Amino acid sequence: MTAKKIVASTFVYLIAFIALACFIFPFILLMINSFKSNGEIITNPFSLPSHWDFAHFSDVIAKMNFLVTFKNSVLITLISTLLIVFFSAMAAYHMVRKPTKYNKIFFTILVASMVIPFQSLMIPLIYIYGAKLQLIDLIPIPLLICFYIGFGSALSIFMFHGFMKSIPLEVEEAARIDGCNTLQTFFLIVFPMLKPITVTIAILNVLWIWNDYLLPSLVLNNETVYTMPVQMKVFNGTYMNNWELLIPAILLTVLPILIMYMIGQKSIINGVMQGSIK
Amino acid sequence: MLAKKIDEVRYHTEISQKVIRRKRNLTSLGNSMLFLGPSTIFFAITVVIPFIYGIYLTLNKMDSPTDAMVFSGLLNYVNAVKDAEFWSSLWLTIKFVVATVFFVNLVGFGLAYLVTSGMKIQNSLRTAYFTPNLIGGLVLGYIWQFVFVQSLPALGDKLGISWLKLGWLGDPHMAFWALVIVTIWQTSGYMMIIFIAGLISIPKDLIEAAKIDGAGAFRRLINITLPLMVPSFVVTIFLSLKNAFMVYDLNFSLTKGGPFNSTLMVSMHVVNKAFVEANYGTGQAEAIILFLIVAIVTGIQVYSSKKMEVEA
Repeated sequence: MTAKKIVASTFVYLIAFIALACFIFPFILLMINSFKSNGEIITNPFSLPSHWDFAHFSDVIAKMNFLVTFKNSVLITLISTLLIVFFSAMAAYHMVRKPTKYNKIFFTILVASMVIPFQSLMIPLIYIYGAKLQLIDLIPIPLLICFYIGFGSALSIFMFHGFMKSIPLEVEEAARIDGCNTLQTFFLIVFPMLKPITVTIAILNVLWIWNDYLLPSLVLNNETVYTMPVQMKVFNGTYMNNWELLIPAILLTVLPILIMYMIGQKSIINGVMQGSIK
Repeated sequence: MLAKKIDEVRYHTEISQKVIRRKRNLTSLGNSMLFLGPSTIFFAITVVIPFIYGIYLTLNKMDSPTDAMVFSGLLNYVNAVKDAEFWSSLWLTIKFVVATVFFVNLVGFGLAYLVTSGMKIQNSLRTAYFTPNLIGGLVLGYIWQFVFVQSLPALGDKLGISWLKLGWLGDPHMAFWALVIVTIWQTSGYMMIIFIAGLISIPKDLIEAAKIDGAGAFRRLINITLPLMVPSFVVTIFLSLKNAFMVYDLNFSLTKGGPFNSTLMVSMHVVNKAFVEANYGTGQAEAIILFLIVAIVTGIQVYSSKKMEVEA
């Protein structure tokens, strides 16, 4: 290696590590400060804690109603994602295999709807289901799940639609001859072949629904049905600037998704890559 | 006798064929309902009906959301046009859009270029740079509040750097840039992934040929890589445009629009108009104006940048 090349590659590594430091220092700050008391946090946020104190975590778990909130978030995210994946795959299958005029029009409407931002739909949504039908107070969680299916289906159907075209028709015909009806052909033959795109769609939907704030903040008005982001907002309002409680709360809110990322980082990155190319 | 028999057989086959055809039509209708039904229903109740109803909402006036509607023509749109805070928040949002679209794409492309240059640890770096995308804007705002309110001033005190000592979020100008910095930090990793997909699909022989012709690294970047990356830029600019126009969570949690409404973006203004002031009609009229602006801007962007695409 020539001297010039060594200098160049050192420079590249230097930039890479500076960028790395910029991207992860907020997380490191959170971690070291989550064990400290208010006095220590304010006088020196950069030092390691003088003693590792887990008391704030147990305090926050109780104050945040963590177990209930976590359960709500998991429930809403999983059920919505599962139903989005199934319903969208079925719809896309039907549209690809039966390209009638109506199906083409429906598909065009779906694609066009993707440019409508949530902010242009939220007011009538809350007016219809809140002020008029009173469903928001009656069944907040099922209603929220219905909304997620509705908002999530356009992109998911679009992505399934693109992938479905690459699935050979011959396999389905063979299944048909062996006596499968349409439903069996779909669930036993076609759906398993969609696995790569299904993983991508599921990941994108989980990330979106888990982190979503504006929609649940409008629909969930009662502490027993809060999701993690909504609870975090309420908690921040109650313990403004009380960092010894806020920092463990933030950490507990982001930890589930960070653990998921550590386990499935490869499929998450691939999923995002696939999702963006389509 | 025989002719009669033949007629009879023909009659029966015709009937049974008709029955089969009707049955087949019925099952195909049943299948359509089964496969398309669920998505159609959920899509209709969350997108189609609210969208149409939203337009109807803007043509009516009511004193509170529970009161009866009274037809008011275009009054809500007139109110929206007269609403000074709406326009100032929209103007601020446009500045925010320009700043973030530029920097997010610049940083995202830089990172992608860095982690495709053949370093041994490039996969770990990709994973690390992407991490902020896993966390929602609301929680990120709280994380950075700690950085801006507690950590940077403490660091400034220690090192004697005066511009770090000031609370960033207390100053209107600095608070705006705080929002821009956090947005770059949050979304450039996502754009990086899209750029990586584009960069690895550029044919190697093209780069090699340019090298042989004596083009330096900078020349290759400007004349070969960037023109071939236009399709990736179409996607990343579209996404960053839409995200920036619609920013709410981060705005809400990091600055709450403050100090003195100086960082109040248009989404937050619409939310406040509808759900704090309880003025659904005018709020929705402003939301529709916003939708039209975003649709026109992104439409022009996609159309004009598609024209710049080149074949490898």
